[in-house]
Amino acid sequence: MSSEKIISMENVSFSYENTAQILSDLDIDIKSGSFVAVLGHNGSGKSTLARLANAILVPSQGTVRVLGTDTRDDEHIFDIRKNVGMVFQNPDNQIVAAIVEEDVAFGLENLGTPPDEIRLRVDEALKAVGMYEYRNHSSGMLSGGQKQRVAIAGIIAMRPQCIVLDEPTAMLDPAGRKDVMDIIGMLGKKYGITVVLITHYMDEAVKADRVIVIDDGRVLLDDVPKKVFSNVELLKETGLDVPQVTELIYELNKCGLELDPHILTEEECAEALASVLKE
Amino acid sequence: MLKDITLGQYFPGNSIVHRLDAGVKIIITMVFVVMLFTADTFVSISAGVLFMVMSYLLTRLTPSLMLKSLRPVVPILIITALLNVFFYEGDVVFRLWFLKITDDGLKNAAFMLIRVVSLIVGSSVLTYTTSPIELTHAIEKLLSPLKKLKLPVHELAMMMTIALRFVPTLIEETDKIISAQKARGADFENGSLRERAGAIVPVIVPLFVSAFRRAEELALAMECRCYRGGDGRTRMRTSHIKPSDIAAFGVSLIFLAAVIAADIIFK
Amino acid sequence: MKSVGILKTQNLTYVYGKGTPFERKAVDNVSLSIKKGVITGIIGHTGSGKSTLIQHFNGLIKPDEGKVFFDGNDIWEKGKIMPGLRFRVGLVFQYPEYQLFEDTVYKDIAYGPKNMKLPANEIKERVHEAASFFGISPDMLRRSPFELSGGQKRRVAIAGVMAMRPELLILDEPAAGLDPIGRKTVFGLIRSYCIRTGCTVIIVSHSMEDMAEYADRIVVMNQGGLFCHDDTPVVFSRADEIAAIGLDVPQISKVFSLLRKKDIMFDENIYTVEKAKEIIKEYLSRKGGAEDC
Repeated sequence: MSSEKIISMENVSFSYENTAQILSDLDIDIKSGSFVAVLGHNGSGKSTLARLANAILVPSQGTVRVLGTDTRDDEHIFDIRKNVGMVFQNPDNQIVAAIVEEDVAFGLENLGTPPDEIRLRVDEALKAVGMYEYRNHSSGMLSGGQKQRVAIAGIIAMRPQCIVLDEPTAMLDPAGRKDVMDIIGMLGKKYGITVVLITHYMDEAVKADRVIVIDDGRVLLDDVPKKVFSNVELLKETGLDVPQVTELIYELNKCGLELDPHILTEEECAEALASVLKE
Repeated sequence: MLKDITLGQYFPGNSIVHRLDAGVKIIITMVFVVMLFTADTFVSISAGVLFMVMSYLLTRLTPSLMLKSLRPVVPILIITALLNVFFYEGDVVFRLWFLKITDDGLKNAAFMLIRVVSLIVGSSVLTYTTSPIELTHAIEKLLSPLKKLKLPVHELAMMMTIALRFVPTLIEETDKIISAQKARGADFENGSLRERAGAIVPVIVPLFVSAFRRAEELALAMECRCYRGGDGRTRMRTSHIKPSDIAAFGVSLIFLAAVIAADIIFK
Repeated sequence: MKSVGILKTQNLTYVYGKGTPFERKAVDNVSLSIKKGVITGIIGHTGSGKSTLIQHFNGLIKPDEGKVFFDGNDIWEKGKIMPGLRFRVGLVFQYPEYQLFEDTVYKDIAYGPKNMKLPANEIKERVHEAASFFGISPDMLRRSPFELSGGQKRRVAIAGVMAMRPELLILDEPAAGLDPIGRKTVFGLIRSYCIRTGCTVIIVSHSMEDMAEYADRIVVMNQGGLFCHDDTPVVFSRADEIAAIGLDVPQISKVFSLLRKKDIMFDENIYTVEKAKEIIKEYLSRKGGAEDC
C-alpha cells in the first residue's frame, strides 16, 4: 500500500478579509487511495476545507500542498485542478452542456486532449457511472441523482488522483443518494482514486476508512468510523447524528450493560442484543 | 404554453439531412435565403420552393410539425398580406368604397407570403435536424476568421452553449415559483393591468436571485474543471466534410443557378 | 367512533402528459381522509405521486377524475376553485427559500396576509405571531431575507405561509438539504405549532426515520397509488413490506425485525431509540438483570 500524501495541510488557517476565522490551525494529510469523510454541520468550515484542496481558495496562514505542489503556485494551478476533481452539492449548477456526453467531455476539452482520446475517456467514464445509455440525452431532463453521476463522470474522465465531493447527496432523494454513494464507494476500489467526501450525513461517513469531524473550524475527531461514532455524547453536542444502533447501545451501556460501543450496523446490534436478551 | 412552440426545436433523427455537417447546413440555408430574395418571377421562386419541399421531405419528419411551427406567425402573415393587397399602387382590378385592389398589390402579397413561409420552413429544416450544440460549434467555426478582428467568438459560443443548457431549467423554475406564489394567494389572472404587472414582481425577483446564484456556482464548477477560455481547447466532436456534404452544397448551388436563370428568361 | 376528516379525496386520479407517449398516472384512484388536528406524514419515493397529490389539496392541480373535499365541501363544485381555499390550505413547497422576494423579512411574511386583503393591524399581528412561532426575532424581521443563513431563510418562508393562518398546513420536504440541527429545529417548530394552534399538518417526506419521530399518522404512497394509511405504530408494524417497496425504514425497526427472526419477540412495534431502550430495560429487569438508571 502506498502512503504517498495527495493533499497535505500544515497549520492551515483561513478567513475572508475582516471576518471571523473559518478554519484555524488544521493539520490534515490525505493519503493516496484512502476514503476520507469530513463530517460537520453547516457553517463548520467543511466546505471551505474542500475549496482549499484544489486551489479555489488559498490559506490565509499555513500551506496546502497537492502532490507536493504548493497551491499558491499559480503556474501549476491546472495540474492541481486536473488531479483533484471537485463535485458540488447542487446537481443543476455544475453541468455546463445541454447533452450528457458533451458535458463529460468539457474538462478534457479544456485540457486540450486530442478528440479521439476524449471520445474514449468519455465513454469509459459514462460506463463507470452507469450513464452510458443516456449519453445523448438532454442533461437538463435527468433526475438529480443522474445529474450527480454525470458530474462525477466529468471528473473521472480527467483521470484525477483524488476527488473531493462537497455534500454531493444533500439535494437528492434516497434512491439518488444510494446510487451516488455506490459510485463513490467504487471510485477507490476500482480506480484507486482517493476520495474526500464532505457530508453531514453520518450514515455516509460510516462507509469511509477515516472520519474527520470538523467543528467551528477545528478538527474535533479524526479516526476510523467505529471509534469516531462511539463518542455519542460529543457528536450530539456538536449537532451531528450518530447511527441509531450506536446510540441505543450507548444508552443501554449507561444502564449497566456491557455491549461493544463500536457497533455501527443493524446486524451487529441485533447480534449483541440477542446475546444479552437470550441469556 | 411555452412548450407548444416548435420553432427552433430539435427533433433527433437519422435522415440524410440530420447527418449533414452543421456548418454546411448553415451555408446551404444562407444559399436558400439568397434564392428567395433574388427570385422575382413565379417560375424562379417555384424553383426555390421546390428545393425547400425536397429538403423537408428528406428529413423524414411529419408535415404536421411544420404546420405547428407556422401557426404562431399566421396572424402576422394575414395582416401584412392585407396591407400589401390594399395599399399598393398599380392597375386597379377591384374597388370597394375607398379600398382598391391592384394587380401589383396581389402579386406582391403573394410573393411576400411565399417568401416568409419558405423562410420559416427553410430555417426550421436547419434547427429541426441539428442539435443546438452542433449549431453552436458550427457557428463558432464559421465565425472563427473574425477572431483576428478581436471578436470574442469562443466566448459568444460558450455563452450560447450555457444558455441552451439553462433555458429549460429556468423555465421549470419559473413554473415552480409561480405555483409557490399562487399558494400564497398571488393572483396572476385578475385585476387591472397595473395590478397584474405588480403580481409579476414576486416571480421575477426570486428568478433573478436564483439565476445569479446558479451563474456563480457554475463559474466555480467550470474553473474546477480547468476552464481557461478558448485558447488551447480541443473538441470531442470534430467535423469532417463528407462527400454527401459537398453534394448537398452542390445541389443548392444548382438550384440557385436555376433561380437566376429563370429570372433572366421570364423577365 | 369515526375520526373527523378535514380533507378527503375520493377516487382521485391525475394523468401526466395526456395523449403523449409519456402518459402515465401520477395519482391513481386515491381515496383518503386526513385526520384533523394531528400531523400526517406522506411518504413515498420520487415518482410515487406524493407531490402531485398534495397540489390537489389546495387546488393548484385539478383532478382528472375523482373529487377533493375540504371541510365537507367539494373544492371544484362549481367548476371553479372554492374561493379562499388557498388561504385555508397553506402549501409550502420544497426549498421554499427560493420564493423569497421582498427587501425585508417582515414584508415577505406579510405577502400572504396582504393578498388576503386583511386590515393593516391584522397583518401586523399575524406577521409577529408567525415569526414568534418560527423562532424569528424582531430584529431579524427588519433584515433582508437574502442576508440570512439557509436554515433561517427556510424558517422565514414557512412563516410566510403560516401567517395566512391556514386550517391545514402542507409542507413538502420541509427539512430537505438541512443538516441534523436544522432538521430537528424545523420539525420541532412544526410540531409545537401544530400542538399550540390545533392546525392540521401534512408533511411530505422521504424519511421514515423522521416521520417515526414526528408524525401521528402516516400515508405511504407507491407508484401513484395508496399503499397504506394509518396511525404511525400500525404503519410500522408493516415495516418489512415498506422496506420491500424500496423505502428506508429506521435502523431500529430493522434491528427488531432481525431479533424477531432470532425468536426474540416483543408485543409492541419498536421504531425509535427511546422506545427500544425502554422495552429492553423492562425485559431485562423482569428477568432481574439490568440496574435502574
